[in-house]
Amino acid sequence: MVDFLNPTGWALALLQMLLFSAGAPLLIAWVKRIKSRLQNRRGPSLLQPYQDLRKLFGKEAVMAHTASPVFRAAPYIVFGATLVAASVIPLLAIELPTTAIADVIVLVGFLALARFFLALAGMDVGTSFGGMGASREMLISALAEPAMLMAIFTLTMSAHSTNLSSVIEHVLDAGLLLRPSFLFALLGLLLVAVAETGRIPVDNPATHLELTMVHEAMILEYSGRHLALMEWAAQIKLMLYGVLLSNIFLPWGIASRLDAGSLLLGLVVIVAKLAVLGVILAVSETVVAKMRLFRVPAFLNLAFMLSLLGMLSHVILEVGA
Amino acid sequence: MSRFDWLSGYLAELEDEHVIVHSGSAQTLAPAHLLIIDPEDWGKAASVAKNMDLRWSGIWADEQDSDIVLSAVLVNQGDYVVLRTALLGEQPEIASHTPLYPGADRMERHLADMFGVTFTDHPDTRRWIRHQAWQEGEHPLRAGFPVQGNPPERTPADADYPSPPIQGSGVYEIPVGPVHAGIIEPGHFRFQAAGEPILRLEERLGYVHKGIEKIAVGRDAAGLARLAGRISGDSTVAHTWAACQALERASGIRPPERASIIRGLLSERERIANHIGDIGAICNDVGFAFAQMQCQALREQWQRRSGELSGHRLMMDVVVPGGVMINLDDAAIATLREDHARLREQARSLFDILDDQPSLEDRLLSTGYLSPETARALGASGYVGKASGQAIDLRTDGLYAPYTRLRFNIALSESGDVATRMGIRQEEVFSSLNLMDEMLKMLEQQTDRTDIYIELPSRPGGEGLGLIDGWRGEIVSYVRLDDEGRVARFFARDPSWFTWPALERIVLGNIVPDFPVCNKSVNGSYSGHDL
Repeated sequence: MVDFLNPTGWALALLQMLLFSAGAPLLIAWVKRIKSRLQNRRGPSLLQPYQDLRKLFGKEAVMAHTASPVFRAAPYIVFGATLVAASVIPLLAIELPTTAIADVIVLVGFLALARFFLALAGMDVGTSFGGMGASREMLISALAEPAMLMAIFTLTMSAHSTNLSSVIEHVLDAGLLLRPSFLFALLGLLLVAVAETGRIPVDNPATHLELTMVHEAMILEYSGRHLALMEWAAQIKLMLYGVLLSNIFLPWGIASRLDAGSLLLGLVVIVAKLAVLGVILAVSETVVAKMRLFRVPAFLNLAFMLSLLGMLSHVILEVGA
Repeated sequence: MSRFDWLSGYLAELEDEHVIVHSGSAQTLAPAHLLIIDPEDWGKAASVAKNMDLRWSGIWADEQDSDIVLSAVLVNQGDYVVLRTALLGEQPEIASHTPLYPGADRMERHLADMFGVTFTDHPDTRRWIRHQAWQEGEHPLRAGFPVQGNPPERTPADADYPSPPIQGSGVYEIPVGPVHAGIIEPGHFRFQAAGEPILRLEERLGYVHKGIEKIAVGRDAAGLARLAGRISGDSTVAHTWAACQALERASGIRPPERASIIRGLLSERERIANHIGDIGAICNDVGFAFAQMQCQALREQWQRRSGELSGHRLMMDVVVPGGVMINLDDAAIATLREDHARLREQARSLFDILDDQPSLEDRLLSTGYLSPETARALGASGYVGKASGQAIDLRTDGLYAPYTRLRFNIALSESGDVATRMGIRQEEVFSSLNLMDEMLKMLEQQTDRTDIYIELPSRPGGEGLGLIDGWRGEIVSYVRLDDEGRVARFFARDPSWFTWPALERIVLGNIVPDFPVCNKSVNGSYSGHDL
């Protein structure tokens, strides 16, 4: 059981949030680096996203005169909600107070809150690009969210808990088992992660074409520190999904005790897992083109079907077995 | 079929319509035939041409004394006819060709802006090129209007340019540009869409109007060639060549054969560089960055070689009136031959990868369809026309050296989508490489290897037509010299005049996020169009 009065636990929870915010730009840089290598070019330095953030924080934030307080507040809300959502996911260790307080429903809720304000901010200034981006984002997320919940429910049914720490503990206890339900849920969640983090083939984070953008269209009017926060939040979201996928489905290495040795091991292991995931993402983004917008629903329906199959196979094959 | 054997048929038809051809000349604008008619027959001559399925290929005006002389180009199977008529300069008014030839729309509006010619029954009376920089009644290309313009303190915004309203539930407008998020030229696009599908697109161009036609006046031949090289930087060789060809014809000379071959080589180099760059860009627009990076690398190597050979990566100012500035020795020829072989191999393996990508195919096939009928009506040339069944390629028409001695097949298709336009360009890369190898052979076989330039004789009052197939398609360039042998009038018709309107039709029924790839597959020149 989690000891809520243990200051080390809270300190670690804080540390985890810091690690999320500090590590997310590195993950993006890593993916970019691998992609560059796959395209036969050298690519930017691994520190480039940090330098970009620093540059943006140092710049003046230009505001449209039609902007309402929602537009001003949105970057802070989006960044805050994403960071809090990240703190719900066990990064280095399970049994942290933050991960014990909040369960997976809260995680999805925080992400939805961030998305809600992102879409509001996109529409706030009244440019057609913002509205277009917001409408596309809603189309995508309305389909992605049920698929994600379905995948996660499959896991929580196995573990009899919606708490991520408990799910991870359950997987650790059960040992390496090839469970069809987990396999389906993993595939479903992978597709959701690609859609939710705005990666190819759903959205192209590197595009400069206003008319094709989804996420970028919503933040097109932002500049300076606001833009920095929005981009940082997007980077954290990518890392969040990476950690979620790797720690739920392959949790081995995560610290179950809060001592220095196992925490260090946890750090090394999660870095390795994210590095591998980053390579997988980069390769997949290199070999496929972005899909036509109206194919995205089919893509997410597939994610939902996979998650549903996971749930069914859990009920049919695993319950009572 | 011999040249111009259809012309007697056209003249007979004109006679049936009681159109009087005052004089005809095969020399003045050779290789084109010049027909001089009355202003009131202007519309009839075009409708006869339309009935005979001639292609309409451009119009320009020229103020001579107090008259406005209008010239329109008609084409049949590579045979060019120039219709010409003179209007009184006071209140010039003439029938429009736009109802018959929709491609004439913007060129006629350009003339209405620049010369104050009123085209009766023109469907669109809005300004086109001049925006709000000039007052009502000011026409910058009329004699006496100052070159530096007559600027008000600050050019007012282009406000009163109404676009037709569109109504319905969920219908909305997306104004895009003129300033874009990427590093491209300025142009305004107004989409009317219902959700994602595009109902209508209206382009607004003219933001890069540089006054090329105005500042050309009074230049000498070399100065005009330099100016022509700056009409559209990506087509600098083609435009310079067209202008030089017009100048040379106006002066009654032919450039030395070796110069023509070298011009051909440079022009094919330009074609390949742009085709490869654009193939990559098309792929990048659908999120397939791998292809773009490879294409950029190939293009970069290619342009570096161009830079080594000519001193300029885009080969600007290498073509000059009377010849070329560079000669190729045996060592250069050998290097180029190796380059061609290497590019052929590299492009082949890269294009094989592209052809093998289902996700790419999914985005490009059936996207942005242009029907052969529309392409024909607009007179779209180049890869846009070729992808929609229009076999327009001046290089096969035997009009100019070195292509008079070279044979190749035009890449042609009727599928008309983005994938086809890209495929045509892939094929053209290889056919250009073959042509260039042939040209290298021609260079080697020459006995006189130094003759690359002859002085242009002064021929006051001469006029000439330059007809060059650039990588975007057919370029028509017109030059008239004044009494001192300086340029009195220059007009260059970039193929983009017809492919921009094609784009408006291509996007119909496509979704908004597919516009960039449709646009890239057409890749009209803003600068070449805005002049």
